[in-house]
Amino acid sequence: MTEQLHPEQPRMDYVDGNMLAGPLQEVFAVDLTTATGRCASCGQTGPVAALRVYSNAPGVVARCPSCTEVMLRLVRTPDSAWLDLRGSTFLQIPMPAESFTTPGPVAM
Amino acid sequence: MARTAIPGRLTKRAGWWVARLVDRREETATACTLVLEVPDWPGHLPGQHVDLRLTAEDGYQAARSYSVSAPADGERIEVTVQRVPDGEVSPYLIEGLSIGDQIEVKGPLGGYFVWRMTDPAPVLLVGGGSGIAPLMAMIRARRAAGSRVPFRLIYSVRTERDIYFADELRRRVREDQGLDVAYVYTREVPEISPAQAHRIGVADVNSHGWPPQLEPTNFVCGPTGFVEAVSDILVALGHEPRRIKTERFGPTGA
Amino acid sequence: MGIVSPGFQGRRRPAEPNLPPGQYLTEDFPVLSAGPTPRVSLTDWEFVLSTETGAESRWSWDEMWALPTETPTVDIHCVTHWSKLGTNWRGVSVDTLLDGVDTAADYALVHSYGGYTTNLPLDDLRDGQAWIVHQYDGADLPAEHGGPARLLVPHLYFWKSAKWVRGIRLGLTDEPGFWETAGYHDYGDPWREQRYQGD
Repeated sequence: MTEQLHPEQPRMDYVDGNMLAGPLQEVFAVDLTTATGRCASCGQTGPVAALRVYSNAPGVVARCPSCTEVMLRLVRTPDSAWLDLRGSTFLQIPMPAESFTTPGPVAM
Repeated sequence: MARTAIPGRLTKRAGWWVARLVDRREETATACTLVLEVPDWPGHLPGQHVDLRLTAEDGYQAARSYSVSAPADGERIEVTVQRVPDGEVSPYLIEGLSIGDQIEVKGPLGGYFVWRMTDPAPVLLVGGGSGIAPLMAMIRARRAAGSRVPFRLIYSVRTERDIYFADELRRRVREDQGLDVAYVYTREVPEISPAQAHRIGVADVNSHGWPPQLEPTNFVCGPTGFVEAVSDILVALGHEPRRIKTERFGPTGA
Repeated sequence: MGIVSPGFQGRRRPAEPNLPPGQYLTEDFPVLSAGPTPRVSLTDWEFVLSTETGAESRWSWDEMWALPTETPTVDIHCVTHWSKLGTNWRGVSVDTLLDGVDTAADYALVHSYGGYTTNLPLDDLRDGQAWIVHQYDGADLPAEHGGPARLLVPHLYFWKSAKWVRGIRLGLTDEPGFWETAGYHDYGDPWREQRYQGD
């Protein structure tokens, strides 16, 4: 083996959630990297853009920067995108005000 | 005048634009700026990135994200690419792609690591190596808009020869009011520099950044280890985590 | 297909006739990671084999490597399209660990330090097809390649060869693992190109 790491030095092999913008744009009509997500494991809340993303893998794995648990996974197959969000309690997505309609009973 | 993209509003669904390489500029011995012409480009915000995709003759594809390093000039965008040794995409972009060749572009992407000209907060930019690219887009956008928002840049490089946009940065500091630039050299300092070569530390960020009381926006971009170190320093100096926006490039800046 | 870039080949060599479909040969050993690399001290390390009844067998690091080891030389095939031929490992055959274990299970869920899981039929861990390995190319297995110890099941795509392996849970039902719940194939035979669900 030629690769050898200092045992104390963690591998810095992740990037930021910013990089999710491209892969997620394929699926959603809004930019999800500006959304705020809550980690289902530790409760930390923060922007999707600040998640730790491991993309040198069979899929894209985004982890909570606080507890490192998985918050989002995205696998792109030739004919599907598999999105797993069970590690996120919610995603709060900024929406333009002009698109807002007050929810209410259906008018009869 | 560049049109401004509304981040999040989809311009071309799941779309890859077909761009053409119209010019290239060497920035350092290992980095180069590609000028791409993208028909119908909707404009972008400083700090946004694009994904570039290459397709081999047998259909094999590889895509990578690159920061846009300048405001859009009509349908022309600039991306600055660092050659990653043994990289799959960057050596081709730097050596294989010829003027006139086509390449696919997806973007503009990402609405988070973005400087908005309407935000009056002072700005600290901290770039490590090729991490200067999206920060340069902010500096250039500030100038293009005649903005007076105070900007400070701390730029960490190995040696003087590794500075991207060196001439332009010198000119910007002379001509753009309210822009300060400080360099940190990690391997070899220029002869006139009083400092020793060192990795960026608390003293650098403290003396060349803004006090947290001013509530600046801090943009940090570079290899993952660099960004970790600088964000830790900023938090230790009392900056609110939400005022620290980061863009990590991975272990070596791939 | 997109716009073809003349001369662009990617990090690939021409396909070899003895490779599974869609694979290309690599000489280096790419490191893929879906999370932080766990650091496990050898004094804390243990391997747990549990059955459908809850019965457990445990091995400490020293107990594991007091067992007879084998030195398989095998080809490995990653679902991200690279294959590496003639890799050399040292480890304990899973047959040795299963010896004397009373089970009616058909399935195994392999779990790792760091939380990774992968599933496969128990039969694919038997008959000299799978090992717990702690050496690669004559040296200790580096952490980024799964050290201190990983599973090696070379006849399936390499994501089944769980890094940082901690144990195997045997069960009567198939429980999909980390990638298998996100669109990847349950079985993953590279020669039948079973990459994704439905392949």
